[in-house]
Amino acid sequence: MEKSMNVHYTHDKHNKVPFWTKARPYLIIAPSLLLTIGILVPFATAIFYSLTNYSFARQGYEFVALRNWQNILGSSVFWHSVKVTAQYGLLTTGLQMCIGLGVALLLMRENRYTKILRILLIFPLMIAPVIATLIWQLMLNNSVGIVEKFLNLFGVYNFPWASSPDTALMTAVMIDCWVYIPFVMLLMLAGLQSLPKSPFESAKIDGGSAWFTFRTLTLPMLKPFIFIALIFRLMAALQEYAIIFALTKGGPGNTLMNLSLTGYNTGFAFMKLGEALPYLLFLWAVIYFISSKLVKAWLKVQKQAAGN
Amino acid sequence: MNHKSKEMLKSIGFTGLLTIYAIFAIFPLFWLILLTFKSDAQMFNTTFVFTPTLENYRIVILQGTDYVKAFINNIIVSGGAVLLSLLVGVPGAYALARYNFSKKEDLAFTILSFRFAPEILVILPLFMIYQKIGLYDTYFGLIWVYQLITLPLLIWVLRGYFEDISVEVEQAANLDGYSWYQVFFKILLPLIKPGLVASALLAFIFAWNNFTFPLLLSGFQIETVTVAALRYIGSDTVHYGQMAVAAAVAALPEVVLALIIQKHLVRGLSFGAVKG
Repeated sequence: MEKSMNVHYTHDKHNKVPFWTKARPYLIIAPSLLLTIGILVPFATAIFYSLTNYSFARQGYEFVALRNWQNILGSSVFWHSVKVTAQYGLLTTGLQMCIGLGVALLLMRENRYTKILRILLIFPLMIAPVIATLIWQLMLNNSVGIVEKFLNLFGVYNFPWASSPDTALMTAVMIDCWVYIPFVMLLMLAGLQSLPKSPFESAKIDGGSAWFTFRTLTLPMLKPFIFIALIFRLMAALQEYAIIFALTKGGPGNTLMNLSLTGYNTGFAFMKLGEALPYLLFLWAVIYFISSKLVKAWLKVQKQAAGN
Repeated sequence: MNHKSKEMLKSIGFTGLLTIYAIFAIFPLFWLILLTFKSDAQMFNTTFVFTPTLENYRIVILQGTDYVKAFINNIIVSGGAVLLSLLVGVPGAYALARYNFSKKEDLAFTILSFRFAPEILVILPLFMIYQKIGLYDTYFGLIWVYQLITLPLLIWVLRGYFEDISVEVEQAANLDGYSWYQVFFKILLPLIKPGLVASALLAFIFAWNNFTFPLLLSGFQIETVTVAALRYIGSDTVHYGQMAVAAAVAALPEVVLALIIQKHLVRGLSFGAVKG
């Protein structure tokens, strides 16, 4: 915003701006930075410890240079967790973007039903992911779950859900979608409601098909909103921990071991801090890289949208 | 097929699709509430028709004092985190909205980037440090680390609300002889109050929902609801009704808060990027 003011400076245009006036914004913001940077000191030490063989299990440690990194980058455990991270991140984000946008479009029709649903459909988003996982475990449970009873009607018994390597990812993705589709839906709904009416009216008069209007008008104008939803969802999905941990702790076997869980397991279960950190630093680097690209792209489409 | 019946078919189709999603989204909550009233004996052989009982609530809330304690812990930690964030974040947001200073956008993005730092990466070294300086398993330890969740949210959302107020309002108050803190407390804060309350409540929900930080940075002293609820999954003798009560009790405050802040939700969730 360019309307930021210099009102506190303007009255002494001819003199030099006094030090305290100049320092004021920094002083005001300093406590916030201290609080958050204070907590991020460990973040810097993380890089150092990734170069040591530090372990919670014993005293003292040695500097091992890049040995941890070499070991991990060459191990199948690492590449497996990269694969799971990518699969989980892309599947959940992709599904949530598509379904979220779809539901938002359906909610654009004005009637009493959509009015109520616009409120009710937000609820899953407010529930802690861990609690959501608990709720779904009650739903999917093979002895008391309603889904099992429903599937029995079709002759399907004891569907394995999270307990089989074949269906565990699908189950986790479904729970993630249950929680976060409303997030995308809310943002898309806000975007759709903010679109100008006139281009759509002229498109209707010109007799453009609904799909044509959507592709050439709605989607391009919605871009800034789509990017925001995408950034928030993808960054969180790539580091998802709570849902997977509550569902299977990464299992069965290593089916759902993404980078977060592998890092956690190596650090806490096996107590090898030095070896755990490379997984997480790698994850952080990936997230940082993708998010900075996406934020840049968002700023660009936002400028374009404002220019139209 | 004429135009009118085609429109009607379309309308039915759309409503049908919406209903399918609505069932997926809402039915689990309905099912959860139902289970909370089911006794262990009826759990396996009944579906929708059963004799409701309050036994599960009695056991979780009255008998097991742990869960109530976790609930109170959650309120203390989440509430404390939001208050601390407000204390430092409201002035911070104001500075970012109103002053031009070098490195401003860099600072703002640094604060935002905390939101995207992998939680486990922050926790692993912090676990060591907290144990060394005695913050492990303390209220303040959690309140401090929760700043990574609540502070970026509040600063970014409130910055937008401050920017929405025209500079002239402040200049007029300045001319009337108000000092800067009078302008801040008597003019600006009342103007952003609805947004302030809503984003504080949303920050509270985020803090309330967090699981990773309390799981690893606190032990038996300060167990939060999200961590305590997990015990119901892990136990061998599963009481599904009690599990349902635990989940329902943890989810209830959030659903109520969500209803209150509905209008500000989009703006809060997108950290002010979408001014819905």
